[in-house]
Amino acid sequence: MNNRIIELFKKKDKEVLNIYFTAGFPAIEDTTRILKALEKSGADMVELGIPYSDPLADGPTIQESGAQALDNGMTIKKLFEQLEGIREEVSLPIMFMGYINPIMQYGIENFCKKAGELGIDGLILPDLPFHEYNTMYKKVFEENNISNIFLVTPQTSEERLKVIDESSEGFIYVVSTNSTTGNADKKIDDNTAYFERIQNANLSNPTLIGFNIKDNETFTNASKYSNGAIIGSAFIKAIENSTDLEGDIDKFVKSVKG
Amino acid sequence: MKYSVDEHGYYGQFGGAYIPEMLHPNVEELKNAYLEIMNEPGFKAEFEDLLRDYVGRPTPLYFAKRLSEKYNTKIYLKREDLNHTGAHKINNTLGQILLAKRLGKKRIIAETGAGQHGVATATVCALMGMDCIVYMGAIDMERQKPNVERMRIMGAEVRPATSGSKTLKDATNEAIRDWINNPVDTHYIIGSVVGPHPYPDMVARFQAIISEEIKWQLKGLTGRENPDHVIACVGGGSNAAGAFYHFLDNEDVNLIAVEAAGLGVNTDKSAATTYLGTPGVLHASRSLLMQTEDGQVVEPYSISAGLDYPGIGPMHAHLFESGRGSFFSATDDEAYEAGIRVSRLEGIIPALETAHAFAVLEQIEFKPDDIVVINLSGRGDKDLQTYIDRGDY
Repeated sequence: MNNRIIELFKKKDKEVLNIYFTAGFPAIEDTTRILKALEKSGADMVELGIPYSDPLADGPTIQESGAQALDNGMTIKKLFEQLEGIREEVSLPIMFMGYINPIMQYGIENFCKKAGELGIDGLILPDLPFHEYNTMYKKVFEENNISNIFLVTPQTSEERLKVIDESSEGFIYVVSTNSTTGNADKKIDDNTAYFERIQNANLSNPTLIGFNIKDNETFTNASKYSNGAIIGSAFIKAIENSTDLEGDIDKFVKSVKG
Repeated sequence: MKYSVDEHGYYGQFGGAYIPEMLHPNVEELKNAYLEIMNEPGFKAEFEDLLRDYVGRPTPLYFAKRLSEKYNTKIYLKREDLNHTGAHKINNTLGQILLAKRLGKKRIIAETGAGQHGVATATVCALMGMDCIVYMGAIDMERQKPNVERMRIMGAEVRPATSGSKTLKDATNEAIRDWINNPVDTHYIIGSVVGPHPYPDMVARFQAIISEEIKWQLKGLTGRENPDHVIACVGGGSNAAGAFYHFLDNEDVNLIAVEAAGLGVNTDKSAATTYLGTPGVLHASRSLLMQTEDGQVVEPYSISAGLDYPGIGPMHAHLFESGRGSFFSATDDEAYEAGIRVSRLEGIIPALETAHAFAVLEQIEFKPDDIVVINLSGRGDKDLQTYIDRGDY
């Protein structure tokens, strides 16, 4: 089986919509329900968040969804159980997004092996250092056909951008501003020079812009400078009090795609 | 040096910089600059002048006669409680703000638990005329009100951390998030030997003045510069790092670290990380950490807000694992009783953090000729309400 992220970008290179949500939220059994609804509603990719007690890169919305998921009893073991057989029903590329500590406790090798068996295509671990990944974990990611997705930011130097591009397979996650997730004070329009720099850098990987993308306007705008965008906090807000999960997901995805 | 940090930022298997990409340029800048700046003659001169004239260093090394008689050994107290602001914390905040100025930073952020590091940060920000934002757990703001007001009087903004347990761990998370949102003009003054490399090493070096002074003071008092034992309390571990620093590679000096056992290490109300923790990553470094099987960080507990932390600095995790350090713990009750005892015998009311260090005098029997140095890291004024609430003195 080829990696679904790489396959997707072969077929589609514009306005790729990647939706983030937290596993086990709003209710513990919603994980697969949301995956299926996202596929049905026309999202292109999914970033499935593994809840953690101390998510440093996340703003309040995703923090609170994670805290609620943990209260609901979410664990990595539970998530793997929920995803058993998911590839019979969902064909979207799926990435895990999480923090290194819970995965270290599970065991990084075992985690990658299990994720590979379940048909997970990528892993985003914002606090896994580049050096540690390259020297210790690259092989196990590759053996299990899992793309490691790196982040770049407005502060990332040209030189480092090149190194990250060389080590990436799948896409590069372009963080829109110097920000935690879902920060309403930060406007992505302020950073067009940075987006243009990335766009003109002749990267070998596709790019998706994430952080503070929330609606059709910001999605369309970000997509001008990249292959698409990632939405997290705004999606969490759209489903947190939902009484019609499938209906609200469909409405949200359609409104973003326009 | 066998027990100091290696070129990759590790102490044995502990340390490193597990930071999101957003912080990479800041941490990299600091990593490339800190040693060079700290070794500049101009920096050294300014730091030393302020330590002497503003902080009040050197702090005395005092032979505690009545305490020595009670425990039948020779006990010397390193009086960090006599520093300006009442604790060792200012050694580090002063060093870091001078460094931040040289890096061209305009805005300072910090986390605080008991408020001592927050006060020490607000103090040096006032001194240097820099903006200061201190993150403090909402619960800690409630239980350490006088320190909140001290910070505000000196012009700092105190922002409550309302996530998680609303204590030190969460305040640290919020400070890191602030830094992610403001990477260009802001320096983050971490208060302990925790966080991503180079913080543990940088903070240890700024606190190393403690053991540097102990050596020459002890030589003057006793003719020998190395004690047999050095005792310090450990939360994140900055005062212990400073008190141990110049003795790390002299294995004749026994390094005794005392953690907060809370209600007891066998209860779920404790903060004794080396006893209860396993290797993991918290606040961007790999160390020992109190966590669940699923890798979620456990909320710690201690009577002392400054030791109420689920991790420990990577240097200390390495001292523990390698056996170089001897790790003990003291419960809330033992610390409280030790605090009262020191008050009665020496006329010094220690901070509740420091009282944990004194509590091991009840647990270890020292030889009559042993020289025991206890780092008296802070004074107890801030803990008066807690002492009063327990009331059986």
